[in-house]
Amino acid sequence: MAASDVTTAGPDDRRARARAFIERRHRIRLGEIVPWLLIAAVFFIFPDRTTFGTQVLIAIMFALSLDLILGYAGIVTLGHAAFFGIGAYTVAILSARLGWGEPISMLFAAAVLAGIGGLISGWFLLRYRGLTLLMLTLATAVLLQEFGNYRSDITGGYDGVPGMEIWKLLGVFENDLWGHNYYIYTAIVLFVVFIVVRHIIYSPFGQALVGIRENVRRMHAIGSPVHRRLVISYTIAAAIAGIAGALFAESTAYTTLGVFDFDNSAKVMVMLILGGTGRLYGAFAGATIYMILEDEFSKAFPEYWQFGIGLVLVLTVLFARRGLLGLFEDVAQYFRRSKS
Amino acid sequence: MTAVLQIEKLNRNFGALKVTRDVDLTLERGARRALIGPNGAGKTTLINLITGGLTPTSGRVLLNGEDITKTSQAERARRGIARTFQINQLFRGISVLENICLAIGERTGACNNLWRPAGASAGIIDEAFGYLESLRLADDALRLVRELPYGRQRLVEIAIALAQQPRVLLLDEPAAGVPSSESHLILDVVDSLDPEIAILIIEHDMDVVFRFARQITVLVAGAVFTEGTPDEIKHNPQVRAVYLGEEVHGEQAAGQGATHHG
Ligand SMILES: Nc1ncnc2c1ncn2[C@@H]1O[C@H](COP(=O)(O)OP(=O)(O)OP(=O)(O)O)[C@@H](O)[C@H]1O
Ligand SMILES: [Mg+2]
Repeated sequence: MAASDVTTAGPDDRRARARAFIERRHRIRLGEIVPWLLIAAVFFIFPDRTTFGTQVLIAIMFALSLDLILGYAGIVTLGHAAFFGIGAYTVAILSARLGWGEPISMLFAAAVLAGIGGLISGWFLLRYRGLTLLMLTLATAVLLQEFGNYRSDITGGYDGVPGMEIWKLLGVFENDLWGHNYYIYTAIVLFVVFIVVRHIIYSPFGQALVGIRENVRRMHAIGSPVHRRLVISYTIAAAIAGIAGALFAESTAYTTLGVFDFDNSAKVMVMLILGGTGRLYGAFAGATIYMILEDEFSKAFPEYWQFGIGLVLVLTVLFARRGLLGLFEDVAQYFRRSKS
Repeated sequence: MTAVLQIEKLNRNFGALKVTRDVDLTLERGARRALIGPNGAGKTTLINLITGGLTPTSGRVLLNGEDITKTSQAERARRGIARTFQINQLFRGISVLENICLAIGERTGACNNLWRPAGASAGIIDEAFGYLESLRLADDALRLVRELPYGRQRLVEIAIALAQQPRVLLLDEPAAGVPSSESHLILDVVDSLDPEIAILIIEHDMDVVFRFARQITVLVAGAVFTEGTPDEIKHNPQVRAVYLGEEVHGEQAAGQGATHHG
């Protein structure tokens, strides 16, 4: 390029390119249809596995909510099951104790209550970071669980809430034996939640969350209300986890205090790391693969299946730092490079 | 002249260590002040106290006459205090352009929006690009910060601060660690900043200090040792002794220092 080009066409060109890049980033890409096609395909190809499929969709939603705070804002938590649990118990208590079993309104109730839980605990805890935060979030989930155990007259303790009665969807669709209706219902809710999360990720607020993850000191220095941003994201993530928990309780018509288990918090983190954090579709890949592996391993080696999951996680962390989607990207790039 | 920033009797201890002692300092509108002093004198600490990254043990910080000693760091930034860091504090995993957009977004409040795509605000992108052009970073706009050579990263450090549209700008060794071929660019940029902004620069290169500054504050062991124009500082024998070093012998310096304090 001649010097005159640089001075005349150059700057505007660069600016246009930069702007095009930023403007295009949030546009929906063609490839993004793939997970939804798969979700639809599963319904037709494995009609007898939709009950399991529903649980996978719920796990995706749970992992997606964690991605918002862990993958984007960099909040490490080992207590995310607390919000899943609040959601599940909202449904359990409404339907078994208060005589209200309408599924969709219960999702809203679960989102609100879990959101309030996120708001309150987040406001207190998100002043801390790292290991301290890890311990405090863990303790929050344990406290909730213990409280549930203390009031086992209401919660049914570890035996579960008896007599949950979930009404028909829209007054028409029952939770049939094959779980077909609930698969569709869950997929639709997941889609709505996904759209919300996607908007947040690509919004200026989402960019600020990334800024907090990348360098919190600098965020303070440029005037970002860091604590407020974290609490808002935590509240939203809690609400989504609550919806996932509510769907779990509605689809199985069953809930025990086990939902608050540390296992549950750890599992969702493993799913996300497996798929890849901070990349929106990591939750989809991670939760699906985790659930399938768990299902297969537990059938093949009923005693040692957790060993198998552990091995997969170790391999991921060693060889696919950025998760399976990150690995996929690297491989794709490798082939693109070697071709040219 | 009107004082934009005033520091009164500022003290800061780390345990028994007194890192800032009774520091008074004033920056007028359009000030070009250099803060010099040996390693460990407490220069960076002073900047942290001004920005609110650290709270003082005692003393006050005033911005436009208003006491901001208890104001949070972020709030001070929103009221017009910007800084750069001695060691880069950048958003390394995102593009240079997005680093700048973030600073603009936090300044304008755009970052409160959870729904509209960040890419939809052409105004912010254009403004960000303006800063990048003035710092000759336009070609790197879409590269990840962590992929840039250190010298260019130092420029991003300054670009973020400029994007805050500060009234007070605190530069902590902006050219540190940059090869001299590139440090000129950084210093040219600093030279050409808006004359309305009050600037405090920490810098070890005395040529730069004498060229840029209209006033110089010398900090030694946490206290203001002396203050003056570049000419006064250049010819102050005590400053030569404690800071510029070589020219005066140790003995003499100790004697003069004693006279100064006594
Ligand atoms: N957080 C801290 N805890 C304890 N001591 C500290 C802390 N921060 C700084 N210090 C000490 O305070 C003194 C002043 O440090 P400061 O970084 O302000 O010096 P400086 O003048 O910027 O030095 P340099 O020219 O090397 O950048 C040093 O002795 C340092 O060890
Ligand atoms: Mg320093």
